[in-house]
Amino acid sequence: MTSRKDITLDRRAVVARILRDRGDALLLTGLGSTTWDVAAAGDHVNNFYLWGAMGGAAMVGLGLALAQPQRRVLVITGDGEQLMGLGGIATVAVQRPSNLSLIVIDNESYGETGMQDTHTKHGVDLAGVAAAAGFAYSATVYNDDELEAVIPVICQQTGPIFTAVKVTATPVTTVLPPRDGTYLKNRFRQSLLGSKATE
Amino acid sequence: MTDTQPWADEIFDVLKQINVRQVAYVPDAGHIRLIERSKNDPTLNTIALTTEEEGIGIIAGAWLGGERGVLLMQSSGVGNCINMLSMIQECRFPFLTLVTMRGQWGEFNPWQVPMGQGTKRVLESMGVIVRPVDTADRLAETVDAAARLAFDAYRAVAVLISQRIIGFKNWGDDQP
Ligand SMILES: Cc1ncc(C[n+]2csc(CCOP(=O)(O)OP(=O)(O)O)c2C)c(N)n1
Ligand SMILES: [Mg+2]
Repeated sequence: MTSRKDITLDRRAVVARILRDRGDALLLTGLGSTTWDVAAAGDHVNNFYLWGAMGGAAMVGLGLALAQPQRRVLVITGDGEQLMGLGGIATVAVQRPSNLSLIVIDNESYGETGMQDTHTKHGVDLAGVAAAAGFAYSATVYNDDELEAVIPVICQQTGPIFTAVKVTATPVTTVLPPRDGTYLKNRFRQSLLGSKATE
Repeated sequence: MTDTQPWADEIFDVLKQINVRQVAYVPDAGHIRLIERSKNDPTLNTIALTTEEEGIGIIAGAWLGGERGVLLMQSSGVGNCINMLSMIQECRFPFLTLVTMRGQWGEFNPWQVPMGQGTKRVLESMGVIVRPVDTADRLAETVDAAARLAFDAYRAVAVLISQRIIGFKNWGDDQP
């Protein structure tokens, strides 16, 4: 019997599993490991990777979700990245975009910079913050059953949705997607907007 | 204060004309009228921020989704945006911000002076084209020209609205 606090989920498997059900969702990633996780699951024209702008992933998601209210928008980012933009959780909650899901891959560490503890390791509850801010749905996921149950919520339920997925702090191999920001932007817009992208 | 900002109505008309759809802001007294006009317009998403840098991400996301955004802030907020502007420069996102100046013309609060004096250099050092405006009659046309540079020529542009236009803060009646 594992206790609620035991962390066993593997981040690569978690991200790949969520993305299996993405459908035509638009996807943004935070800098570092979540970008490598998404790249490992397969590059896609509907992906835009932040290679910097730490703390900004959820905000890019908000602007995109407001501009594209008919499309699902997923943001997959790290606990450290989200902690740097904690106020953004409040800003999203106030805007209440029904098509936005924030997913924090929470290894309770700054994985990319040497696995130093983040505040979530010391009890800061990001899902609690999102719930208190007023998200339509907020949960922390610890195992495969909970992950399976939350995926339809992430991909379909009326948002804003916040999910923290607790994953092991095991270093992962770096898988690099394209990194030229202008290319990523134009590729994303071309796919989403067609000829309007170059107006 | 709102009746004394007729130029804000002119700016608002320009923003509507160039099809801005998302207006992100941290309040400043100089932006009272513009924020009010924006909030009263149901065709706009008016987005209150906890810190100005959130607005940079939102405007980038809006552009990814095919919409134009604008960020309203005071000069001290520019300091909160520095690293986030990396994304604007690296991805060449169109970016328009209207900055109400403090620490610049007849300032009373010394704490506003360092960032007010640094605003232009900070923006320029992060690749933002800066257009300071000192007189109300030049504001609307400057915002219009800045918007074209931003959205048609894919550049980052800031219009700095002088404290001379906004007027001195009345320290007898209100506080910081
Ligand atoms: C503003 C800023 N501060 C610090 C860094 C250094 N940095 C890069 S990635 C990272 C950690 C990210 O941690 P987290 O979001 O939890 O991602 P993980 O690798 O753990 O999945 C840090 C601190 C940075 N790139 N930008
Ligand atoms: Mg982490």
